[in-house]
Amino acid sequence: MTTRDSYASATDTTEGRVYSVTGGDWDSLVTEIGQTKEERVVVNMGPQHPSTHGVLRLVLELEGETITEARAGIGYLHTGIEKNTEYRTWTQGVTFVTRMDYLAPIFNETAYCLGVEKLLGITNDIPERASEIRVLMMELNRISSHMVALGTGALELGALSPMIFAFREREKVLDVFEMVSGLRMNMAYVRPGGVAQDLPKGAVAKIRETVNELRHNFKDNEKLLVGNTIWMLRTKGIGYLDLAGCTTLGITGPVLRSAGMPWDLRKTDPYCGYENYEFDVVTTDTCDVYGRFLIRMQELEQSLRIIEQACDKLDKSEGQPVMVADKKIAWPSQLSVGSDGMGNSLEHIREIMGTSMESLIHHFKLVTEGFRVPAGQVYAAVESPRGETGVHLVSDGGTRPYRVHFREPSFNNLQATSAMAEGGMIADVIGAVASIDPVMGGVDR
Amino acid sequence: MSENIGMFGASGSGDTSGFGGLVRSAANFGSSERPYGSYFDEVTDELERAYPEFSDAIEKVIVDRGELTLHVKREKLFETAMKLRDTQSLRFEVCLGVNGVHYPEDKSRELHAVYPLLSMTHNRRIRLEVSVPDSDPHLPSLVEVWAGNNWHERETWDMFGIIFDGHPGLTRILMPDDWPGHPQRKDYPLGGIPIEYKGATVPAPSERRSYR
Repeated sequence: MTTRDSYASATDTTEGRVYSVTGGDWDSLVTEIGQTKEERVVVNMGPQHPSTHGVLRLVLELEGETITEARAGIGYLHTGIEKNTEYRTWTQGVTFVTRMDYLAPIFNETAYCLGVEKLLGITNDIPERASEIRVLMMELNRISSHMVALGTGALELGALSPMIFAFREREKVLDVFEMVSGLRMNMAYVRPGGVAQDLPKGAVAKIRETVNELRHNFKDNEKLLVGNTIWMLRTKGIGYLDLAGCTTLGITGPVLRSAGMPWDLRKTDPYCGYENYEFDVVTTDTCDVYGRFLIRMQELEQSLRIIEQACDKLDKSEGQPVMVADKKIAWPSQLSVGSDGMGNSLEHIREIMGTSMESLIHHFKLVTEGFRVPAGQVYAAVESPRGETGVHLVSDGGTRPYRVHFREPSFNNLQATSAMAEGGMIADVIGAVASIDPVMGGVDR
Repeated sequence: MSENIGMFGASGSGDTSGFGGLVRSAANFGSSERPYGSYFDEVTDELERAYPEFSDAIEKVIVDRGELTLHVKREKLFETAMKLRDTQSLRFEVCLGVNGVHYPEDKSRELHAVYPLLSMTHNRRIRLEVSVPDSDPHLPSLVEVWAGNNWHERETWDMFGIIFDGHPGLTRILMPDDWPGHPQRKDYPLGGIPIEYKGATVPAPSERRSYR
């Protein structure tokens, strides 16, 4: 005796009865197509496909090799991060949001923290050194993210060497992250009120060295791709999206700038003191994959410029605090990077366990209960490598967020797939999607 | 907003420990008074000029933490959005999506939809907020105004159950097609698997004792 399941069909096999859950979407599509007389080919690309940037599913309707309709299916990496943060303290939220867009963790953290700080009304109390470190880390992160975009983008169009060079450079940036925060990805380094801890000794010198290496090594990829005939043929005029298309679809980041719009939140709505740095907003007017590629290449250089300026500022602010002075908000623990990542420093443990009962209480209350955030809602945004990462935070006055919503640029920009791909060749959809540079962790959250 | 009573829920001072620090203030539901400051007066003036039914459409204007929120009646949402997009002096040509918030205690206004708008022409930001009752969760779709709202509205339907009338294809986007319920609503439990560790069980996050 078996019960009927409306969502799973049953088949009898030699092993017994097997239930398989089938996607209603695909089945109904096939039936629907079977009823029409004209011949249509529908190709299901993904979700498991090496060149769809993770688990992106594209349903393409073809006429020969030309795409007549493209639909993107997402949700395969939905992890419920937004819901989860409602059950943690405001500080714990950082560890969750950093995992959204996993190629740009620092941007998620910074956007979230800027939002929390705005809610707390302490935006102007953030120490300068903390903002400088945030800028430094964000620009390093922009490089590591663009490296993946360029490397995988080239790989997907058949160029293998750029990928190897790109990941070689990315490793160098990740080494810096490891030195500073103990972790290479998802660091939870930026915290409400500042950053988790100051840069270790010798970090600035090491970063300067890395900048020089990177600047030298970026030429390898430039030589391979810029002006390369095959690369140009695969990218020029592909994935066309003009300014009107970008604004109506809410597209930001390199895709918008490839339509000639010099829109960059670092310039138009500066945060973390970006108004004190000198850099250019790179644009092209080609509206195509090649233009976006060029923008990313040149943004690498701009990021290096900002990092150098941040290093100069950090030399001057040596020894200044990196966390807001208000002890009721600042994380009480003195952290240190050990062999197994970041943890409580021995001195701090010694103090709270051995000498000061008040320190222990303070530590316990702030770590377990957290701080209260006045009720209200805010929107904070940063310019991530993919565009505007916006955070909408709602507080009811408690120690946990009432609602955390991320306006992910990947999620929004991926809508442009149809506009970019329809009417083009099937081989070009790969290039178009790669130029959007979606990260499915951010898309699905 | 809800009042938290219980072992750890603070009331009155908002500080049980001396370490909560911040005084918990009630959510500001009252309308702000003019002048709003910044460019907010100009934006509301311009909208009033361009949209004769302004006073009828806008329920209240809230300026908080340097941000302007216009609470719009849902019947007038579409018209207001069109005016905000097309009026030369406003030009909110980009909508950064829509986000839902569920306030179960806000009777007959349980579900809120929040639209952050951006004007690249004037470099301004404002926020539209609309509320609908849980029993009748219908809102006009703004996909016609800003095409990029397509997926955002699908997400808000998926997560909150707000139905956007006129949307070209309002289907679930993050959850599977056959998923029951709308996960971001406050009456939807976070769930989780109780984990056993050396004989002791750790309950799911939503079941744990909390300091709220």
